[in-house]
Amino acid sequence: MAATTETVEQVRAVTEQKYKYGFTTDIESDVAPKGLNEDTVRFISAKKEEPEWLLEWRLKAFRVWQEMEEPRHWAKLSYPPIDYQDAHYYAAPKMKDRPKSLDEVDPELLKTYEKLGIPLREQEILAGVEGAEGKSPAIAVDAVFDSVSVATTFKAKLEEMGIIFCSISEAVHKCPELVQKYLGSVVPYTDNFYATLNCAVFTDGSFVYIPKGVRCPMELSTYFRINQANTGQFERTLIIADEGSYVSYLEGCTAPQRDENQLHAAVVELVALDDAQIKYSTVQNWYPGNAEGVGGIYNFVTKRGACRGRNSKISWTQVETGSAITWKYPSCILQGDNSVGEFYSVAITNNFQQADTGTKMIHIGKNTRSTIVSKGISAGRAQQTYRGLVKILPKAEGARNHTQCDSLLIGDQCGAHTVPYIENRNRTARVEHEATTAKISEDQLFYCRQRGLSEEDAVSLIVNGFCKEVLKELPMEFAVEAQKLVGISLEGSVG
Amino acid sequence: MATTTLTKAPRGYDPAAATPFLEQLDRVKGGLPGGGLSWLDGLRDQGGARFAELGLPTVKNESWRYTNLRALDKLAFQPAADAGEAVRFDVLPTVRADGTTGPRLVFVDGRFRAELSSTAGLPTGVELLNLADVLARNPDLVAGHLGRIAAPDDQPLVALNTAFLADGPVLHVPRGVTVDETIELVFVSVGSEAQPTAFHPRGLIVAEADSRAVIVEHHVGLGSCTTLSNGVTEVFVGAGASVHHYKVQREHTESFHLSHTAAKVAGKGIYDNFILTIGAKLSRNEVNSVLDGEEGDTHVSGAYMVRGGQHVDTTTFIDHAKPCCTSREVYKGVIDDQARAVFQGKIIVRPDAQKTDGYQQNRALLLSDTAEIDAKPELEIYADDVKCSHGATVGELDDDQLFYLRARGIDKDTARGLLIGAFLSEALEEIAEESVRDAFQSYVANWQNAR
Repeated sequence: MAATTETVEQVRAVTEQKYKYGFTTDIESDVAPKGLNEDTVRFISAKKEEPEWLLEWRLKAFRVWQEMEEPRHWAKLSYPPIDYQDAHYYAAPKMKDRPKSLDEVDPELLKTYEKLGIPLREQEILAGVEGAEGKSPAIAVDAVFDSVSVATTFKAKLEEMGIIFCSISEAVHKCPELVQKYLGSVVPYTDNFYATLNCAVFTDGSFVYIPKGVRCPMELSTYFRINQANTGQFERTLIIADEGSYVSYLEGCTAPQRDENQLHAAVVELVALDDAQIKYSTVQNWYPGNAEGVGGIYNFVTKRGACRGRNSKISWTQVETGSAITWKYPSCILQGDNSVGEFYSVAITNNFQQADTGTKMIHIGKNTRSTIVSKGISAGRAQQTYRGLVKILPKAEGARNHTQCDSLLIGDQCGAHTVPYIENRNRTARVEHEATTAKISEDQLFYCRQRGLSEEDAVSLIVNGFCKEVLKELPMEFAVEAQKLVGISLEGSVG
Repeated sequence: MATTTLTKAPRGYDPAAATPFLEQLDRVKGGLPGGGLSWLDGLRDQGGARFAELGLPTVKNESWRYTNLRALDKLAFQPAADAGEAVRFDVLPTVRADGTTGPRLVFVDGRFRAELSSTAGLPTGVELLNLADVLARNPDLVAGHLGRIAAPDDQPLVALNTAFLADGPVLHVPRGVTVDETIELVFVSVGSEAQPTAFHPRGLIVAEADSRAVIVEHHVGLGSCTTLSNGVTEVFVGAGASVHHYKVQREHTESFHLSHTAAKVAGKGIYDNFILTIGAKLSRNEVNSVLDGEEGDTHVSGAYMVRGGQHVDTTTFIDHAKPCCTSREVYKGVIDDQARAVFQGKIIVRPDAQKTDGYQQNRALLLSDTAEIDAKPELEIYADDVKCSHGATVGELDDDQLFYLRARGIDKDTARGLLIGAFLSEALEEIAEESVRDAFQSYVANWQNAR
């Protein structure tokens, strides 16, 4: 089945609207000299006044990275070679001290948050005004502008509950033992080319620690903004949910519209201990390049969660609309018995965008369960690939996986690809990879048809309902973006 | 949209592994049939040169990530000495229930055995010959076809086969001719006590427009000597022609069986392939089918049953190059003991191939705690008006089904046997030819009885 006209229109509306966040902020910045060597690593570490162990760790990573080969042979991505020496690895807006009131905040910075569409109240907070916090918070924000976190809100309120939510640079000083224990424990500094580069030169990012038994009362969020030209952004996020705790975390990202490509290589590590739950949601909206494929962010991200404890759960939800190149596989290592991993993804690529994205579910513990739902929509000349691994190790008795991947092509110039890997070494495990809409909903279809709906209407109803099911995984804060995607019918989908 | 450039020693290959084979090649080269024909020398040289460059694939090669050929390195394979004329056969495998002999070619260690072969019952104009003979007497029959669809470029084992290209079955069915009798091709691996033996059978099937043929390949072993069969078969399906190509591999568990089948299907042509794998220590069946004309149809299916330390790899590639074609794949496998199965199925839909209908299903049953299955069903789609789906499931026997049977007084082993049989039957249903299906069904039953 081809896509319906309505669907085509809706996708165009989503993907072809002018990139709203493409402006630049004219602000004085503190920028590291171009280039990448051990001195760059030392420069960043010194700027952050880091302890010796962290500098050593960065340098170890850097030395490993120099020996590594850029992974260009397996992902279905095509791009010119990246000159890692031709970029700044540190850029920060000049600020003397933390501003005490609105008057002290650089007006350009204020304007930026206004333009990004963050509500006024939140905007004041974002600009780091002390005393503006207080009234019924729904969301706490850590705002990362180029290489530094400019403000983190609701810290005091969260601290009352023992929750630590701050920039990772701050956490290094505030709770070094936690950082040292968990940093690199999920994504080691030898992991892969981009993650290792990140270990060497990461600048800022968020740190979250939820203590035992605490349910975080508000959504935690980080807003990443690349502003400075010729810089790469290398943020590092570490979230630890101690026994029986719960946290929902959101990540948003935008960048100015530029003709040159900018590199973004982030690492996100999640650790869930016994009975803990982490819900991580992303709306990735980096500048995707223009209609001719010029410019855009190269997004090489390593995201991984470890379900270390029994009955723990990690859930990844992503809406991917941006970036010229996306290379991203949020994964779960299901170590604890009965732990649960989830991956919900809607990815839209248009023009010359390329996305190679998916997930890995590594089942180690008994009765571990994972669910993968991936919806890909490719238009223009875009190429999109779902690449996923489900691995069941011999001790994962009773493990279960269900994978569903659908993709939709709009136009005959684009491509949609599915590359699932299934490796099963336990006979009691059940792994299902499904790709036909009719197949998954045979019972529902029968139910609808029994009630007089035509087959097409029934399929449309089920598929729409199913897509909503994925998008409703997103917290309220992302509802605006999500709603644009709702209603896109996937009836012409291919496995 | 290639992201890698092929350099001289590409990633994922071990050129050093080529050396023993190339040394043998130097020794036997002069004696290969058809030597001196410039096109043939050129083809063999191309194969040899490419194999020398690549060597054997390693697990770093995406297409070989689950199948390790390192075991081949340690065995210094030698070419088959002679066609083992001394070897006598009381009975040769057949799908014919009545005990008669129809048209068949018999190869022992890759060499043709004329006295065991027959062309009885073939319509006039149909050629069923062995390649060595054709190359010596009538090379023009195959000159336009050999190496045309199974090119050595990035397939090191095809390159190896091409370098040693000597003998194998040749079938040519002229336009409009239907061959009623099932053609049987029997390959017997015997080997030698003295050293591991390697042979590289090369098959060619040409079905001209509107013709029809049913072919069954039997691969069996005699004795327990280590052998390597590295076969390549090219199949040309003309417009409106249909080729039903079935294969059963029951070699003993000291043998290595590598096979590459490449088919090209013209408009409205049908290529139907089914492979039943039971034997060999390590086997890999690679089936590539290119739908090269509108409204072509290809079925690529199979079943495998492995136990002990066996390793079975099924790798398929369906290329929808033209619009309005259909493809269907159904694979079912049962894995016991420490055996390991690999399924890699790729479907590509080219930009112009609108109205493609592609279906792929792979199901595997693990019967033991140490068995392993690795599956990679892959779709690569560049056209928007297509229907493609794939499904893969892995698991053990359904407890509810077992309970249902046991509640009716059936003992556990019998119940398990019934369920395994039923599971595999679903794949065997894909075989359109009744006599072939019945014979294959009995091989499945024998395997189960040996449990």
